[in-house]
Amino acid sequence: MSKTVPVIIASLVGFLMIFAFFSPQLLWLRQTAEDWFAIITTIAMVYGGLTLCFHHLKKISDSEAGWGFSAVTLLAFGVTVIVGMLKIGVVPETARNLNHPWSGPFLQEGGGFWWIYQYLFTPVVSTMFALLAFYVASAAFRAFRAKNVEAILLLVTALIVLLGQTKDREITSLFLPAMTDGSTPYLPIADLTEFIRKTIVTSGQRAIMIGVALGVVATSLRILLGLDRSYLGGDE
Amino acid sequence: MSSSVTLLDRLNVLDRRWIFLAMALAVAAPILLGIGSDESPSPPTKRLFDRLEELPEGSRILMAIDFDPNSAAELSPMALAFTRHCCLRRHKIYFVTTWGTGVPLLDATIKTVVQSEFGRGDRPYQYGIDYVNLGFVAGDAVAISQLTSDIRKARSQDMQGTSLDSLPVMNDVVSLQDMQLLITPSAGFPGAKEWVQYAGTPYKIPLAAGCTGVQSTQLFPYYPDQLVGLVTGIRGANEYESMLASKYPVPYAEMSKRPASLRGGPQRWAHRLMISLIVLGNAIHFANRYRRSSHS
Repeated sequence: MSKTVPVIIASLVGFLMIFAFFSPQLLWLRQTAEDWFAIITTIAMVYGGLTLCFHHLKKISDSEAGWGFSAVTLLAFGVTVIVGMLKIGVVPETARNLNHPWSGPFLQEGGGFWWIYQYLFTPVVSTMFALLAFYVASAAFRAFRAKNVEAILLLVTALIVLLGQTKDREITSLFLPAMTDGSTPYLPIADLTEFIRKTIVTSGQRAIMIGVALGVVATSLRILLGLDRSYLGGDE
Repeated sequence: MSSSVTLLDRLNVLDRRWIFLAMALAVAAPILLGIGSDESPSPPTKRLFDRLEELPEGSRILMAIDFDPNSAAELSPMALAFTRHCCLRRHKIYFVTTWGTGVPLLDATIKTVVQSEFGRGDRPYQYGIDYVNLGFVAGDAVAISQLTSDIRKARSQDMQGTSLDSLPVMNDVVSLQDMQLLITPSAGFPGAKEWVQYAGTPYKIPLAAGCTGVQSTQLFPYYPDQLVGLVTGIRGANEYESMLASKYPVPYAEMSKRPASLRGGPQRWAHRLMISLIVLGNAIHFANRYRRSSHS
């Protein structure tokens, strides 16, 4: 029963969404389902927050390896939630609301949540992203080597694409000898890059996307027909 | 001979911190010296630019700022350029984000372009008349689906809590199907792919996207049919800014107004360093092979 009812609900809503896509008369039903999705997602978010807390509290109480990171996670989570929900540092924006200290938006410039976003979250994630440049450079030097035919193909392709992505693709002709008719020598790096992108990469990517889409259709049908219940958890 | 062997041995055990230092210099020097770079437009970027030029004044454009600070370095400049172009063409702009962490970036885009550059003068951009900030719509792909059937179902109020029905810019606007163009600089999920799947293609709403460089291979299969234009990475943003500078030289030819063009310089030098490192790495590899074969 605990699994049959959710399967029936999932099947009904799933088929409803399919039929509503093709039938404008069922639009109101689709909109109702979407409203319910928003409600359930909100509940799931609260549940997810609680699960996060319990998970990390357990790691701390068991003194598992890396429990210090769990403590930092909990501290960051708690401070952010409290500052955001209590609107710490937020002031009323209009004279009419002067007696309502919580009337300002939680992301108000200068407020506590805004401060956390601007001076903690933004620098941290930007730094993580920026570090990629250093690791990619190091990897390019150490690992990107022509050790076999496949590696050579990858290397040559990467060099062409990399060069084609830079402004230098327009000056590569300088390294070529002058043409016999006196015209400017031309090495079509940009054209080669476009050819690789348009023909080789896009065709491969399309094949992958079509394969994934067919897989999604098959899996969705299995879920809608109740044949696949793995999304409910457990061994089924 | 002995000196070259020593050099090879040194290169074999080169501390990667030297590479980190070289990368830091390659990026920092052009930034500190203000070295920028123009880009000639690629067809996917030019197609979006031309589309915005062709649309009649007052066309409705939905601008979905679907990214967070992770990818703001690449996507913020293009969001600014798209918004600037919309304002120059006097289109009505509907700002929205499906990313909770994207709200401050959306606000920054409005503040930097619409309010600072177009908020004064003879025909200032006025909130509620020329543009609206719909803010964050929760629900990922479902939120996009809701917007396609009824915007007020997804957001009944704007970011400031004003009812959408009281804003003139929302007159005659029921859903995304009333938009002439959707533009989404996006970094992941939900992003350009979801806008294609749930809005652009099913309802035949013209859609253009901006994406990070690494995402471009996933989105190029949608161009040119499902996406009317595709701007990729800081290079794409640079191309767009270069076209804006060419069409509207005052004041957009100034480098200070072109964050992507300014980032083109560091990117160019970083790419050059990467190419040099790949070549040097392979030279070391072949030198080692030669040494091993000559010793055996």
